[in-house]
Amino acid sequence: MLQSSATICSHSPVQSYGHWWKVSALFIFGPQLQKNLEGYVGFANLPNQVYRKSVKRGFEFTLMVVGESGLGKSTLINSLFLTDLYSPEYPGPSHRIKKTVQVEQSKVLVKEGGVQLLLTIVDTPGFGDAVDNSNCWQPVIDYIDSKFEDYLNAESRVNRRQMPDSRVQCCLYFIAPSGHGLKPLDIEFMKRLHEKVNIIPLIAKADTMTPEECQQFKRQIMKEIQEHKIKIYEFPETDDEEEMKMIRKIKDRLPLAVVGSNTIIEVNGKRVRGRQYPWGVAEVENGEHCDFTILRNMLIRTHMQDLKDVTNNVHYENYRSRKLAAVTYNGVDNNKNKGQLTKSPLAQMEEERREHVSKMKKMEQEMEQVFEMKVKEKLQKLRDSEAELQRRHEQMKKNLEAQHRELEEKRRQHEEEKANWEAQQRILEQQKLDASRTLEKNKKKKIF
Amino acid sequence: DGEGARAVPLAGHVGFDSMPDQLVNKSVNHGFCFNILCVGETGLGKSTLMDTLFNTKFEGEPTQHNQPGVTLKSNTYELQESNVRLKLTVVNTVGFGDQINKEDSYKSIVEFIDAQFEAYLQEELKIKRTLHSYHDTRIHACLYFIAPTGHSLKSLDLVTMKKLDSKVNIIPIIAKSDAISKSELAKFKIKITSELVSNGVQIYQFPTDDESVAEINSTMNSHLPFAVVGSTEEVKIGNKMVKARQYPWGTVQVENENHCDFVKLREMLIRVNMEDLREQTHTRHYELYRRCKLEEMGFKDTDPDSKPFSLQETYEAKRNEFMGELQKKEEEMRQMFVQRVKEKEAELKEAEKELHEKFDRLKKLHQDEKKKVEEKKKSLDDELNMFKQKKTAAELLQNQAQQAGGSTTLKRDKERKK
Repeated sequence: MLQSSATICSHSPVQSYGHWWKVSALFIFGPQLQKNLEGYVGFANLPNQVYRKSVKRGFEFTLMVVGESGLGKSTLINSLFLTDLYSPEYPGPSHRIKKTVQVEQSKVLVKEGGVQLLLTIVDTPGFGDAVDNSNCWQPVIDYIDSKFEDYLNAESRVNRRQMPDSRVQCCLYFIAPSGHGLKPLDIEFMKRLHEKVNIIPLIAKADTMTPEECQQFKRQIMKEIQEHKIKIYEFPETDDEEEMKMIRKIKDRLPLAVVGSNTIIEVNGKRVRGRQYPWGVAEVENGEHCDFTILRNMLIRTHMQDLKDVTNNVHYENYRSRKLAAVTYNGVDNNKNKGQLTKSPLAQMEEERREHVSKMKKMEQEMEQVFEMKVKEKLQKLRDSEAELQRRHEQMKKNLEAQHRELEEKRRQHEEEKANWEAQQRILEQQKLDASRTLEKNKKKKIF
Repeated sequence: DGEGARAVPLAGHVGFDSMPDQLVNKSVNHGFCFNILCVGETGLGKSTLMDTLFNTKFEGEPTQHNQPGVTLKSNTYELQESNVRLKLTVVNTVGFGDQINKEDSYKSIVEFIDAQFEAYLQEELKIKRTLHSYHDTRIHACLYFIAPTGHSLKSLDLVTMKKLDSKVNIIPIIAKSDAISKSELAKFKIKITSELVSNGVQIYQFPTDDESVAEINSTMNSHLPFAVVGSTEEVKIGNKMVKARQYPWGTVQVENENHCDFVKLREMLIRVNMEDLREQTHTRHYELYRRCKLEEMGFKDTDPDSKPFSLQETYEAKRNEFMGELQKKEEEMRQMFVQRVKEKEAELKEAEKELHEKFDRLKKLHQDEKKKVEEKKKSLDDELNMFKQKKTAAELLQNQAQQAGGSTTLKRDKERKK
């Protein structure tokens, strides 16, 4: 008995989504443990509940048949479903003469054992019948895609109701029993559609070949299918040994060679569906005559659900992810973003918004830096200019002051010189005066 | 669903009546998952009831009453019964009802439930998604444990259930109902039911649209809320060991329908309606959450009369709107910068102009000063010249006088000598 030890981790299973989600509580998740039950609980009844509900809901299935006219497609459908799906009132594709390839659907409701099935058969009258069949697969591709598109839109609505599922879940491709190999049209068609729909290739009108011819033909076809890397519908692996044995047996007989018939013939007291020839009756449901029973069992009785699941989980998801990736990354290099496809387009937008916000912040910062730098430069220049002018002004002032001082000095000298000279002159004058006076005196004296 | 389809008879056994079996086989191979949320006050026996329901001992110790808030503890177990594998997740509300102020108690629970929806929605919206192998954690059933007071619902119960009823399938149960007598229980149930109705609380109704289970389901609906007793201890009654609680006055047998509604709960929750609970969660509660979330984000379907809804168009429209917004913001920021640059340039030009004006003034002052000095110099030079002239004239005179006087003096001297 394992001890449960819940590891406490504040772990939220939700991605942060900006303002869309805020986790405020503490969620504690313990590890996953195996437990043994001591007594009957009753959930083993779940499958019955599922059974009951599915019967109440009913089932639906969409089957597409593709092939040239005259290969017995309508007859095979009637044989498969034991009904006159195509009848005088609702003629099969061969009876509808078409100039171009059309894609048409017929819906029938059938009930058996309390189980209701809404069966849609999609026909492609005109396929491969023209002289130039280039692109005759395009209407088929467009039809399948349009059904995927419808489902995608219904799934993406805000208000979703029960989503009717009209997606093509299986495509029976009829190969003409030429005995040689696949025709170029066969290869082209299968290559273009194998990633959109489950393809089950069938050899039509198998009663025109002997068993050996049929074996060879089958081998050749499978070889070519492998060479061209065409992915036809594959049976899922199971753990059940019995089932795997059966599946391997079926795989050996691919592609299935079928015969269809609308007429009931009596053979050895039994009423069987078959084709009456002068040399015998080719019985539709005789495993030694053709692979019809294998086809019917596989298509309807054992693998119908798997065909639907593969369509839903693989083909549809491929379509959807391609479509959404194109929408989300419109204009952006797709290779760059391949790794990010696990995000929803809304998350993608949110991330782009965040990226843009940070880019803007960076841009703002850069612009701010450049701005500051330029302002600093300009201010510096201004200051330098001011300093230069100031310096010159000081210089000029100094010059002027020096001149002034020089001038004063000169004047002072001059004044001094002048004063001295004038003083000298006065002395000289005085001397002269004295001398002339003395002379006068002497002169006077002499005269005596 | 069968629009334009015509019913055709079959001429034999085709074999598509195996479809339900094919579907069931796939489901069984894939395994099932079921998530139960137990809401109720501490001590109401939530863990014990889970153990009893699933015949196993689930988790650890009982919780104390001192939790500061409501925490949700989730544990996942892998169970198997015959060939059916069930991944069971039991989520317990720890600390519910223990706080003095219980106003926010329901919030953690609502957030938890929404978180599981959100996780699923995220997966569903991914471009590359794996819904098929996704571990669905959405709550399929909420067992609401009502305390066995015998009177009525507590206001916390009403508030909480009202907040949860549009998000999860609520199955109300009266816990530890061995504390209530039979007569009290009947009255209690009626009171609870009427209170739920008068408060508009939508509890889960067992479905009555499928004939095979309509009868039993409608009978059970009338027994709600289930009065349960849980016990993992066994007591010998007769010659069998049964799950029971032993009292001095008798033994309460869990699986005795006269003693409590445990068997009814197990029947309804697990054996009959487990798949319906899962379906309701997915098609009703989850769709409601999804619709609200998408509308919040601005998505809407176009009117029925105009063009049909196209996913691509909506995404593109949203994206264009979004890109336009971003571009606008970018442009605004640029404009703001251009404006700032202009303003700053004008400022600086103004400063430059002032500077030049200042220095022009100073220059002018200089010029004036210089002129003055020049004038002074000139006048001084004039003076100097004048003086020089004067000096020269005077010297000349002196020289002449001296020469004359010199000769006079000479004469005198000569006479003296005689």
